[in-house]
This record gives sequence, C-alpha cells and structure tokens, in this order.
Amino acid sequence: MALFYMLLVFMVIAAIIAVETKDLLSSVICVGAIGFGGSLMFLFLRAPDIAITQIVVEVLGLIILIRATISRDLTFITGDREFFGTVVSVVILFVILLAGVRIFATLPEFGAPVFARLPGTASQAYISRGLADTGAPNLVTSIYLDYRAYDTLGEATVLFAAVIGATAILRSKSRKALEGSDA
Amino acid sequence: MKGMTVIVKTVSSWVKVLIFLFGIYIILFGHLTPGGGFAGGVILASSYVLLMLAFGRRFVEENLPSSVASKLDCLGAFLFAMVAILGLVFGGTLFVNFLYQEYLPGTPFELVSAGTIPLSNLAIGLKVGASLFLVIFALTVFRYDGSRKPGDSDESAGGTPATRE
Repeated sequence: MALFYMLLVFMVIAAIIAVETKDLLSSVICVGAIGFGGSLMFLFLRAPDIAITQIVVEVLGLIILIRATISRDLTFITGDREFFGTVVSVVILFVILLAGVRIFATLPEFGAPVFARLPGTASQAYISRGLADTGAPNLVTSIYLDYRAYDTLGEATVLFAAVIGATAILRSKSRKALEGSDA
Repeated sequence: MKGMTVIVKTVSSWVKVLIFLFGIYIILFGHLTPGGGFAGGVILASSYVLLMLAFGRRFVEENLPSSVASKLDCLGAFLFAMVAILGLVFGGTLFVNFLYQEYLPGTPFELVSAGTIPLSNLAIGLKVGASLFLVIFALTVFRYDGSRKPGDSDESAGGTPATRE
C-alpha cells in the first residue's frame, strides 16, 4: 500500500513539473514519467496486460510527441499567465478536490473490486467459465477476442478510419502532383 | 536528415531484432501470456520507429515502403473480418469460436489451442503495427515538409526512393 502512495506522489510531482516547466521537451518526458508510474501501478495491481499496453503506448506516444516537438522552433513557452485565469483554475481545482474527498470516502477498499463480492456478476462468470468456453488461459484475450470480439471489430474499424484520415491529411504530395509525376 | 551518431546506429541495429522478436512473441503467445495483438503490434511498430529515429526516414522508407505498409494494414483488417465471417459460415453467428468448439479443440496452455483467438491476435497485431507505422510515417513526412523553406523545390521531399539523389 505504501508503494502505491509513493508511486502516486511520483506521478503528481511529474505532472506538476510537466505543467510548470518552460521547456517543451522536458514537459513531454515528464508526461512519459506519469505513464510509466501508471504502468507500474497496474503491474503491482496484478494487471500485466494493462501494464504492457500502457507502457508500450506511452513510450510510443512519447516518441511521436518528441518527434513532433523537437523540430519546431518554438520549444519555449513565452509570455505570462493571466491573473484571472489562475484564480479561476485554483477555485475549480479546490472544488474538484472537495468533491473528490467526498467521493473517495464512499469507494470500496483499495484493491478489493466490488464485483468480486457479488455472486453471479459477469466478471465472476468470465473467471470461472472462461477457460472452458474459449480454451485461452489469458482471460483478457478470451474476453476481447471471443466474448466481445464484435467490440474489437469496432475498435479496428476506428483505427482503420483514423489511419486513412491521417495519411490523407498529412501526405506530402497532393493527388495532382502524384498524377503529374507519373505521366 | 542523416540520422544519429555511429554509436546509436550500431546499438539500434542490434536492438531492433530483439524488439521485433519480442513483438512477434507477444502476438503469438497472446492467448497464453499477458499481451496480445494490440500490444504486440505497437511493439512491432516501435522497432521501426527506433530505426526511423536512428537512421533517418529514407532508410526506413527503403526497407518498408508506405505502400507495402498500407497493404499490410488492409491485410490485417481483411483477416480479422474473415475470422468473423468464417464464424458466421461455420458456427452460425459472427465471431463464434468454431475452431475451438468443433474442429480443433487442442489442449489449453499449448501454442496451438483456443481456436480462432490466435488467428485474431495475428490479424490485430498486423493491423495495429502497420497502422501505427503509417501514422508515424505520415507525421515525419509532415514534419519534413513543414521544416522546408517556402522557396524550395518539390523534388527534395517527395517522389519514390529511386528518383532521389
């Protein structure tokens, strides 16, 4: 339990540095440190699937961000922040903190999921019958490729559409230039 | 863009093989160990991103042209859709695990088991890896063009690798 508090403090410090630093590259690296802390928390909560996905996406996202920021001229943020904006953000943060304290008081104990206590819920059915139904010992895979494969098909479609959009918008030459070079 | 120093190039040319193998392992053993198609595909793409950072964009473009990557992307999506439709044909509903239920039960905790799940993992891994590679490739091309002076000619940025230099 103390480990999680240490990781939380680490992530909060990294987030504050990421917001407050003037250098864009250090800010990106601090965002990566937040993701790394989250990945470690998932690992210690015995969710290695999520941990792998989190660290892989975070690292790759970090590289893309560095790639995008390192070549720009404007890597330092200039100009002062407005006083009014600071006051409003502090007030909003205080309200969110109060609400968070009330909400966290009602949550179940850390590390003890609600669904594990109730009999007959979907998660317990997956755990007890997943291996016999699908033959896959990795229950996460058996859920997202067998029980809910239709959902995964939707995700693949979303990714496909995103790639089409990215390659169409970010291509280096227009269609007219491509046709001209072929002719 | 010539890439980084000799040290980075040498180390990354060794490490890229390990990263690629690890991605293949994560995809193939997705139904047995943590991981799966998505994480393995991202790892496959990240090995090419490492090459792109170390050697420069042109080296990667000659190794894996974006046309080939887009074909791999389409192939992955097609394979995943085929798994769904084969389930419809053989089992009666979309995505039914017909291989495990009828034709190839296999024993759990072995590589060839769990029916269509490894096939789906393979398709998803191919698809995610190729798509992420394409997105990053498009971003670097965009960066390459954005850093150009407005007066430059178009020949330095575009075109096929054969026409360059």
